[in-house]
Amino acid sequence: MEIAWLYGLLGGLLIGTGGAVLLLGTGRVMGASGIVGGLVDGTGINRGSTLAFQLGLIGTPALLGIGGWTVATHATSDIWLLILGGLAVGIGTRFANGCTSGHGVCGLSRFSLRGLIATLFYIGAGVLTVTALRLGFGL
Amino acid sequence: MRAVLSLISGALFGGGLHISGMTDTARVRGFLDIAGAWDPTLAFVMGGAMVPMLVAWRLTRTRVPLTGGAFPAQPTQQVTRPLVFGSVMFGVGWGLVGLCPGPALASLSYGGWHGYVFLIAMLAGMWAVPPLRHALDRHATAA
Repeated sequence: MEIAWLYGLLGGLLIGTGGAVLLLGTGRVMGASGIVGGLVDGTGINRGSTLAFQLGLIGTPALLGIGGWTVATHATSDIWLLILGGLAVGIGTRFANGCTSGHGVCGLSRFSLRGLIATLFYIGAGVLTVTALRLGFGL
Repeated sequence: MRAVLSLISGALFGGGLHISGMTDTARVRGFLDIAGAWDPTLAFVMGGAMVPMLVAWRLTRTRVPLTGGAFPAQPTQQVTRPLVFGSVMFGVGWGLVGLCPGPALASLSYGGWHGYVFLIAMLAGMWAVPPLRHALDRHATAA
C-alpha cells in the first residue's frame, strides 16, 4: 500500500497526457462533466468524437479488469446515498460548468481563477461532508 | 481523425483513473477525510496530471489544434454565483459517495449496481440543469 502514491502519480501522468492529446489534437478541454453533460442535455458538440471519448474512458478500465488488474470500488450500498450523491454531482457540475478534470486538472494547469475557486469549494465541501458523515453517522 | 484522437484521449483518461486508484471510492473519500485516516493519493494524481497539461497549455500559445479549428479562448476570471453554488453542491455529492463524473464512467464495467444507480442519478441531475437554470433566471428577472 506504500506505493499507492506512485500509482497515483503514474495514473495522473496518463490522465494529463489524455487531456493534452484532446486539447492539442481537437482543441477541446477534457472535462468529464462537460463531455457527458453535453451529450445528455443536447448542448454538446461533435457527437461522434464524444462517443469515441466515452468508449475509451469506459473501455480501457474494462480491458484492464479483464486482464487481471481489478479495482474494488468500495461504493456504499445505501441506495439513497447513491441517488442523492449522483444528483448533487450532476446538478453541481453543470451549474459550476466543470468538475475535477475540467476545473481541477485542466483549469489549474492554465492558472484559471475560476478553476481555482471551483476546486477550493468542491474540495472544501467534500471535506466537510466526509467529516460530518464520519462523526455523525459513522459512515 | 477527431474521433480517433478522442478515443485515445478517453483511453488514457480511463486507464489513468483506473491505475491511480481513483475509481476506488474509499481512496477518494480517504483524501477528503483530512481529520481522519488521510490518504494523499489524490494529490499525487492531480499533481501528475498537471505536468502534461502545463506543457499542453504552453503549446497552445504558438500552435493550432491538429484537426483544425481554434483553442479555447482565455478563461474569464469572473467568479459567479453558479460557479460557487455548483462547486459546493458537487463537493457534497463527491463526499457522500466518493465518485465524480470521470471515475463514475471509468468504473462502469466493474462498479456493479452501485455504479449504475449513481450514474443514472448523475445524468438525471445534468439533464435537469438547463430547465432549472431557465426557471431560476425567470424567477430572478421577475423579482
